[in-house]
Amino acid sequence: MEVPILKQGAVLIATFQAALSDADLNHLRSALVQQVVRFRSRGVIVDVTAMDVMDSFASRTLREIAHMIRLRGAETVIVGIQPEVAFAMVQLGLTLEGVATALDLEEGLAYLNQKFKTMK
Amino acid sequence: MSRVEIRVAISSDQDIVVARQKGRSLALELGFSSGDATLIATAISELARNIVSYAGSGQIALKDIQGSTRVGITVAASDNGPGIPNVSQALRDGFSTSGSLGLGLPGVRRLMDEFEIVSKPGQGTNVVVKKWRP
Repeated sequence: MEVPILKQGAVLIATFQAALSDADLNHLRSALVQQVVRFRSRGVIVDVTAMDVMDSFASRTLREIAHMIRLRGAETVIVGIQPEVAFAMVQLGLTLEGVATALDLEEGLAYLNQKFKTMK
Repeated sequence: MSRVEIRVAISSDQDIVVARQKGRSLALELGFSSGDATLIATAISELARNIVSYAGSGQIALKDIQGSTRVGITVAASDNGPGIPNVSQALRDGFSTSGSLGLGLPGVRRLMDEFEIVSKPGQGTNVVVKKWRP
């Protein structure tokens, strides 16, 4: 299952639809980085609201996405981690350290807009 | 006693998703909260991933436990892979041989209530974890 990526101005929005396999996550990682380059995007929002499980692989892939995109000079924010998913992540020792997170899409956009102002 | 047994053959990343989805549905059927079902599904995901990464293929078996006073779920992950030479090392946080995060087994132990592992080099690995409904 492919993750659709929407372009909204300088921001790309990737919305996880349902349970994703490792191959889907790897595909998303390369697609996002390619599109950040192609559209000269300055920010990326990854919406994981629909994600059922965030295990070590998914968490590592999200961190890699954020770090690769930062090297490109853009910012990533992960939005919509569900409370029970967050609880399981903490039990598993997954902290997504160094990756920005926000409550939902709206807060994620607000975070990026604030970042863009200070980047100017 | 158990009434249900679901076996999922594991050999690809797609099977990991199937196993954790079946585990979540069984947990919900048994009356676990959605939060506990997420913990169980996450543990299944890690166990199934270990099978794919280290052994190539194996099986996840999901069962209910109908005790006289309590209800629970058992997840048994088994493979005929190379086995773990040093089990106590593999249970330590931060240890990994496949370049992953090395959180797999200790993390799974924290997610569940009971944890047993039997592994011998050349004879595969069996991990059995249980969670009781509060």
